[in-house]
Amino acid sequence: MSTTQAASDGVLIARIAQGDRLAMQVLYGRHHVRVFRFGLRLVRDEQVAEDLISEVFLDVWRQAGKFEGRSAVSTWLLAITRFKALSSLRRRKDVELDDEAAHAIEDASDDPEVAMQKKDTGEALRKCLTALSPEHREIVDLVYYHEKSVEEVAEIVGIPENTVKTRLFYARKKLAELLKAAGVERGWP
Amino acid sequence: MAMSKKMLDREPSEIEMLLPFHAAGTLNARESRRVDEALARDPELARQYAVIREEYAGTIHLNESLGAPSARAMHKLFAAIDAEPRRKSSALPNFSARVTAFFASLSPRTLAWSGSVGAVLLLLQAGVIGAVLVNNQPSTFQTASLSNNAPITRSLGAGAPPSALVRFAPDARAAEITALLDKYQASVVDGPKGGLFQIQFGNRAMTKDEVASVLTKLQSEKIVSLAVAAP
Repeated sequence: MSTTQAASDGVLIARIAQGDRLAMQVLYGRHHVRVFRFGLRLVRDEQVAEDLISEVFLDVWRQAGKFEGRSAVSTWLLAITRFKALSSLRRRKDVELDDEAAHAIEDASDDPEVAMQKKDTGEALRKCLTALSPEHREIVDLVYYHEKSVEEVAEIVGIPENTVKTRLFYARKKLAELLKAAGVERGWP
Repeated sequence: MAMSKKMLDREPSEIEMLLPFHAAGTLNARESRRVDEALARDPELARQYAVIREEYAGTIHLNESLGAPSARAMHKLFAAIDAEPRRKSSALPNFSARVTAFFASLSPRTLAWSGSVGAVLLLLQAGVIGAVLVNNQPSTFQTASLSNNAPITRSLGAGAPPSALVRFAPDARAAEITALLDKYQASVVDGPKGGLFQIQFGNRAMTKDEVASVLTKLQSEKIVSLAVAAP
């Protein structure tokens, strides 16, 4: 995100704090897709993810006056989304947060091995990215897709900066193992 | 392969852990330079970086394939907002937000005039303070000592530092531009005008050959589309 957009997000939040509905529409238009995708990757259910974005932006509407601008608005939005997603997962008794459940959901469809049979390495990579644990998935998404810095990820996830770096390394290590199991050699490790 | 296995078994180095952030362009200029230097001298690290770029592209592809939410989410949100109690007009946002909103409400012309007026006022103030200080000096004042070995003023060299007009690639990131400026000890002194920035190298004059060499090197940078000597 550019510095200009980050600054103008701050202006929108100031206007939202004063009850400006139009500013809310602009902010929503600007960020709702990324918020939705981040939420969807965590909760794995489109309906739940859609409910999630309504809740996230409603929180923004209510809390805009308390936003102090210490971080980017997009970082704040992702932190709220993560909190809401984890709360939602806790409420859903049929969904477990552990790796096994995540793998079971993926295994029901096209697994990495099948994807390789299609001779599509890119597809296998995406399948393996999906098969990562929620903890690893979110850190990979935040760094690669949402382009968040070490400091911003630390703020969103609520962990020390060094843990951000090591967690991402081990997420990549796990990804390499999954790909290897699917027969994909990439030259590293 | 044995080497690779070893790499996974040991603790990752600091530079290895920074590689994904470097690929995403989220490191500061100093860290970015460290990673660049390490990549240039370590082929194993460079191989790992190539893999990271694949992961990066794969993650973007995966997320982009997730689609977008339906209009239902927006309708639900604004229905909830409409149902919220109306805000009191006295409810003001925090101080920094108010300051941001105030400056955002000014037109660029107003901001430019305000800036100019502020600069003039600062100069006037400096002049007044200077005049007061000079007038208050006792007329019999003399320096206590004077070294004859060191010059009182530093030589500014034969001429001004050279400058160039540069156009950056459209996809160049701010962090990459900052790193580039650091690398050449350059600073932006003007622009953009017609997409061109005027940058100045260091703080000393250079020979014609030195300038030509710097410009050739600069032109070969991947985030630079054009680099020519400034007239």
